[in-house]
Amino acid sequence: MRVPGRGLTQDARLVPFTFDGKGHAGRDGDTLASALMGEGVRLVARSFKYHRPRGVLSAGSEEPNALVTVEGVPNTRATVQEIWDGMSARSQNAWPSLAIDAMGVNDLLDPFLGAGFYYKTFMWPRTLWERLYEPVIRRAAGLGRLSGHADDAPFEKAWAHCDLLVIGAGPAGLMAALVAARAGADVILADEGARMGGRLLAEVDPVEGRAPHLWADGVVAELREMPNVRLLPRTTVTGAYDGGTYGALERVGLHRAPVAHRPVECFWRIVAKRAVLAAGAIERPLAFPDNDRPGVMLAGSVRTYLNRWGVVPGPRIAVYGNNDDAHRTARDLAAAGLKVAALIDTRGEARIEEAGFPVMTGARVVGTRGRLGLAAVTVEGVGGRREFEVDGLAVSGGWSPAVHLTCHLGGKPAWDERLQAFLPREGAVPGLVACGAANGVFSTAGCLRDGLRAAGESLEALGLAVPPVEVPEAEGEAGTVGPFVLASGGRQFVDFQNDVTVKDIRLSAQEGFQSVEHMKRYTTLGMATDQGKTSNVPALAVLAEALGSPVASTGTTTFRPPYTPVSISAMGAGGQGVGFAPQRLTTSHQAALQRGAPMIEAGLWYRPSYFPRPGELSWRQACDREVAMVRHSVGVCDVSTLGKIDVQGPDAAAFLDFVYSNTMSTLPVGKVRYGLMLREDGFVMDDGTCARLGLQHYVVTTTTAAAAQVMRHLDFVAQVLRPDFDVQCVSVTEQWAQVSIAGPWSREMVQAVVEADLSDERLPYMGCAEAAVLGVPGRVFRISFSGERAYEIAVPARYGASLWRLLVAQAESLGGGAYGLEALNVLRIEKGFITHAEIHGRTTAFDIGMERMVAKGKDCVGWASSRRPGLLDENREQLVGLRPLVRTGQITAGAHLYGRDAAAMRENGQGYVTSACWSPTFETALGLGFLKGGRARHGEVVRLVDAMRAVETLVEVTEPVFLDPEGGRMRG
Amino acid sequence: MRVACPFCGDRDRREFTVQGDDTSLRRPGRDAGPLAWHDYVHLRDNPAGRLHEIWHHDPCGAWVVVERDTVTHAVHGVTLAREAAR
Repeated sequence: MRVPGRGLTQDARLVPFTFDGKGHAGRDGDTLASALMGEGVRLVARSFKYHRPRGVLSAGSEEPNALVTVEGVPNTRATVQEIWDGMSARSQNAWPSLAIDAMGVNDLLDPFLGAGFYYKTFMWPRTLWERLYEPVIRRAAGLGRLSGHADDAPFEKAWAHCDLLVIGAGPAGLMAALVAARAGADVILADEGARMGGRLLAEVDPVEGRAPHLWADGVVAELREMPNVRLLPRTTVTGAYDGGTYGALERVGLHRAPVAHRPVECFWRIVAKRAVLAAGAIERPLAFPDNDRPGVMLAGSVRTYLNRWGVVPGPRIAVYGNNDDAHRTARDLAAAGLKVAALIDTRGEARIEEAGFPVMTGARVVGTRGRLGLAAVTVEGVGGRREFEVDGLAVSGGWSPAVHLTCHLGGKPAWDERLQAFLPREGAVPGLVACGAANGVFSTAGCLRDGLRAAGESLEALGLAVPPVEVPEAEGEAGTVGPFVLASGGRQFVDFQNDVTVKDIRLSAQEGFQSVEHMKRYTTLGMATDQGKTSNVPALAVLAEALGSPVASTGTTTFRPPYTPVSISAMGAGGQGVGFAPQRLTTSHQAALQRGAPMIEAGLWYRPSYFPRPGELSWRQACDREVAMVRHSVGVCDVSTLGKIDVQGPDAAAFLDFVYSNTMSTLPVGKVRYGLMLREDGFVMDDGTCARLGLQHYVVTTTTAAAAQVMRHLDFVAQVLRPDFDVQCVSVTEQWAQVSIAGPWSREMVQAVVEADLSDERLPYMGCAEAAVLGVPGRVFRISFSGERAYEIAVPARYGASLWRLLVAQAESLGGGAYGLEALNVLRIEKGFITHAEIHGRTTAFDIGMERMVAKGKDCVGWASSRRPGLLDENREQLVGLRPLVRTGQITAGAHLYGRDAAAMRENGQGYVTSACWSPTFETALGLGFLKGGRARHGEVVRLVDAMRAVETLVEVTEPVFLDPEGGRMRG
Repeated sequence: MRVACPFCGDRDRREFTVQGDDTSLRRPGRDAGPLAWHDYVHLRDNPAGRLHEIWHHDPCGAWVVVERDTVTHAVHGVTLAREAAR
């Protein structure tokens, strides 16, 4: 119901919206909660477990009850949801409707549904848990439903840096921001609300002789004009992290009318030299039977709805509290001309006074009535029980400072008996100062002064002078608070969102779950989306009472980030679809796509899988043709993805001797050598080629997969292990495009573009030269990964695409063409060349038959460990070739090897297959794998079993090199 | 967490890769024997408190020694590994 003459939005235009399909109108600036209250709607939700009718409890992000689905987004708190023209909101967890909810029957089963009910009841038979119990329970107990569609709405993330981050724009935060801004500090002021001002928007006591919101508006206007201040409204600081880093969620478009291209939310990472926490305090309810009926609200929130939005749950309201602040709610209601049925204070002697309305001290609420909304409260005080017919009950159990952020780095808050609240510990988050209500200072004047103090401390730490600022005059009475009270018997809710009652907490204590952390998990208290903002302290009070110990010794549960829920979409903004990982494209990427090549991911790179030609029905046909092309004419393949590292310096040779297991210092200029790098534990890290371009100049290549790792490793060796070497390493992978030309006709083709003598005398196998490539300074390497005569031409990346197009066209005119990764793989398996399928981190140089490449006469990374006896055991799994006995036999990578007559059991395992292919050259399947003592078993027949793919083949163990073991083809 | 790269200044920890404590500054000689090598390759202390660690600043390639408190996560100093190793 609207209250004439009240609220800051009285002149705002009307905004139509719907709730559960029914048309309503609110005022611009309303939240969904205030708009519905203005329309007389009290019932907005059904509770999680018992499906009890629920209304709005609070006026902020702490709301446990009023969860709705807005435009498909479930579990939106109606108290922070702004309304816009045509917005559609729906209730959730109710069927067929809010008023008639079939699952309301759960409420009648309450005696059976206490804490731990599910654990105790659905224990047997165990198999039914997943199939029956859990699905049924999940359907009955729940929040809103997801749409089931991928979220394609835009989200953003952003970084910000500042001198001072002020968290919260109430009186303390505004004061702190103003002082720091006038001192010249770079200030970010973040506030949860759409309109800054905090409780100044909800109170009537004047500040500087004006309505408090006018003072707030003035400060915000001044801050907005200052170039050193950034205002972040609608932004919740959700977490405090190491080193002055804070997470914050800005609701950019969420909760507002949709605008094209406006992101829904933006997740900020704010790095602040100092921070002021002025997050205010959260009011908590009291416990009494049926304290959850729609119309029962927090007293401070009732004041907010009245003073800010001019709405109340109904014309007759009772106020119930254990503190002086609750009296203010009664005062404001009465001043607005509303009927205050009674002000019930738990404190003092039992008596009744008259202050324009009955004031009952020493009294308690012991029950309520009203099926879908509060109709009456029963009060026990002087003269026994008395019932008041009311539409609303404003309840206050005192205020809990929002200390959450101060606990995110492990700090525990301290219980203050006088304030009945947990207060932040100083220094719990380095660089952060709490002030105002978050620091237990509850009067407006106190908050303003405390904001000034916090700003002063922060400015001092920043080395800035505190400007002269006058603290405006304001109400200075903080009042006192009594202990938490509860009634006896009945259903007294503590955690409204997870339906946890006083009885549940007592049961937990009685059953031995007495630690506050155990109680939380046993009852699920504080584990809902509101994370127990309103229920934490009341629950601790109930637990303390049950255990007969003070709250101070009960302690509190751990507050962890985020303070309010953060959508995964916001945290992972930009990470959907292609944004998930960067894409690295070779210079020939477009040209390969134009030839219809499907791409395959190799790390972050995209490489052509094969190049289909008309009439080819499968990748295998294309692959077989490309292999034959390389074996019989010529093939062209972009190999730019291999890592390329330029190594230069007077000690380059000594340095490479130290990182490679074999010797590179003896390599003549103009030559290439295959090299093996070990890890310090003696296992193989990577392999590649090392070309010597000059006495102090090498270019080394790495595998595509390990390029970054090897670069980091070379930096590590140069900077950490051997800083005595004068050497520099730099990755030039992106700078050079490199193309392999392989096959019997490769020399003719390369000769056509390279201006150098390519005769076998001048450029023999494993030779290299710097040469002009069609006039462009480039390099030629005579290296082969296929077993055929082959060259690799490197040119600066900007020439890569045209070189590739030219070479492919030439190759095609010779009956060859481009080949992709599939053919490359077949070619190297036929030749027994290894990749990271073989050097997968658990194999040594000895295992792959390269122990002679670990030079004996020098030290290198991994040398000492590679000599360990266990790594040289003849019975280790060693690299072998595998070939089926019959040509139709299959070989699959991942298959395991067993003795010919042994059962396929783990105990009998002899090895495994690492690479497999169909070889068009040999017209049979071929495989590489590791077999125990394999080098001594060539010729033996073993059993290959792939249980996953139901493959079983008898294979012959062979040399790993199937094709041309003498290497005549590639040497030429 | 913020780590101050000696070249690039104060940067977010996401830009770094941590390798572990700074044992690698004390690499044994080739023939130091199996026990020394076992210690070097496999054994690490895990103190609650200040620890010297080796980090890599990925964007600039610098290896740095970070003195960090494993309890409070406070960073007490960053030096270039190249200098620490000398």
